[in-house]
Amino acid sequence: MIRATGHLALMIIHELGEISVFGGSALSRFLMQRHRLAKLVSAIHEIGVRCFAIVAIVGLFTGLVMGLQLYYTLVKFGAESALGTAVALSLIRELGPVLTALMIVGQAGSALASELGIQRNDEQIDALQTMSIDPLGYLVGPRLLAALICFPMLTAVFDLIGIFGGYVTGCLLLNVDSGIYWNRVFESVGWFDVQGGLIKSFVFGLVTIMICAYRGFNTHRKASFPGVRGVSESATRAVVWSSVMVLALDYLITSFLL
Amino acid sequence: MNDQSFLKINGLKKHFGDKRVLDGIDLRVARSAVTTIIGKSGTGKSVLLKCIAGLLAPDTGEIELDGHKIVSGSQSKKSKTVRFSYMFQNNALFDSMTAAENVALPLLESSNQSKSEIQTRVMEILEQLELADSAQRYPGELSGGMKKRVALARALITNPQIVLFDEPTTGLDPERKFGVFEMIADYRERFDFTALLVSHDIPEVFEISDYVAWLDQGTIKFFGKSSEVTTDADSELAEFLDKANFKYEKKIRTN
Repeated sequence: MIRATGHLALMIIHELGEISVFGGSALSRFLMQRHRLAKLVSAIHEIGVRCFAIVAIVGLFTGLVMGLQLYYTLVKFGAESALGTAVALSLIRELGPVLTALMIVGQAGSALASELGIQRNDEQIDALQTMSIDPLGYLVGPRLLAALICFPMLTAVFDLIGIFGGYVTGCLLLNVDSGIYWNRVFESVGWFDVQGGLIKSFVFGLVTIMICAYRGFNTHRKASFPGVRGVSESATRAVVWSSVMVLALDYLITSFLL
Repeated sequence: MNDQSFLKINGLKKHFGDKRVLDGIDLRVARSAVTTIIGKSGTGKSVLLKCIAGLLAPDTGEIELDGHKIVSGSQSKKSKTVRFSYMFQNNALFDSMTAAENVALPLLESSNQSKSEIQTRVMEILEQLELADSAQRYPGELSGGMKKRVALARALITNPQIVLFDEPTTGLDPERKFGVFEMIADYRERFDFTALLVSHDIPEVFEISDYVAWLDQGTIKFFGKSSEVTTDADSELAEFLDKANFKYEKKIRTN
């Protein structure tokens, strides 16, 4: 039992080390690439633009539900005027970064893992190598950098739309005074809260896209099956591990920030 | 064997787990010739090509390309002076790029030519390979033979001195197989590169081969001119060729 636990812990540490080296190499080798800006813009489009709609929709509904739930909790204590504070702080500090990261992992992370897995199986990654093109810098580097840019921006979009969702249920449907709602939002949210949310989204972006790219890129080594089943296994594991890491890191970062 | 060897392989060994796939390969590939490696499936022909291309690290052995050591033991480094290309069994074309973009990729990413120069060069080679009309089509919209030609165009765009072909006729019907072999022979003459092929297509591949190497049980058991294959074949090679319908095919062609 102890041996098995120790073995598992060593395996996880080894894997985390490999993923870190993989991510670091991808970023540094991207700097050696040609046409960096074009590749980065294309990767930003892939992650940022394609995920915008889903992030906006989830943000809106999260805000709507929070407005509803928090109103009925606060009204019991006669504190419905604190709705703006409650919605804004929970979104900016916790739900925004976490849910945005989970949405991007579901949309862009799984696509990245599958795409790289197929490229590995189809020998396209080997082909790049024979053409003297560094596959890590060419395929992974721009995606990682794009994630560092897109995660915080999409988190900000999620937060803003979520706060608007809270306004819709709280003020338009449940008659909380809109002046008080917005006043509480602006009063209670400080730079520290925004900073915390941005740090989280930055870390989530780096870690999740690194995990997804690593799983896809190493499909031939890591998956239990060859071919299509291996690719689907890589994509599934990429999404599961990324999601677990988002929640674990959220706890870790929050405990440091508070 | 030719003293003007362009590619020299000495004592190359590679194993996967308990299985020793290459067990001391010694091979010389002559400059500007077509050398074909034949052998049963799973004997390590593709592994040998991948070791030469630097995609797999051998356990021991040395590989020299035009006098430059590119592999020594498990260390491999890409030759900076010799241009080489690799044509993959399944073409390895990028699905999200058009035929022209696929062909342009090596130049765009590793040459100092301007975009207009690259575009001109790409159109030139696509025209030579009768693919100009399909330049803007994606690999998914091309036939098997056209994909092969796009892969060949991508392999040739850098004016390689040596091209490694990993079973270039896989999945093609007999007519198209012959077409691909003709294409390789034709472009080898036109572009004057050294070709190293791995193929199962016996005897068709002998038509375009200058030299033939038979890989069996991890070693090269026969090496010689393709015209010598029948006369110089030892009993094991004769048996292998017999199983590959070599004699039968030869009889038909003689008749």
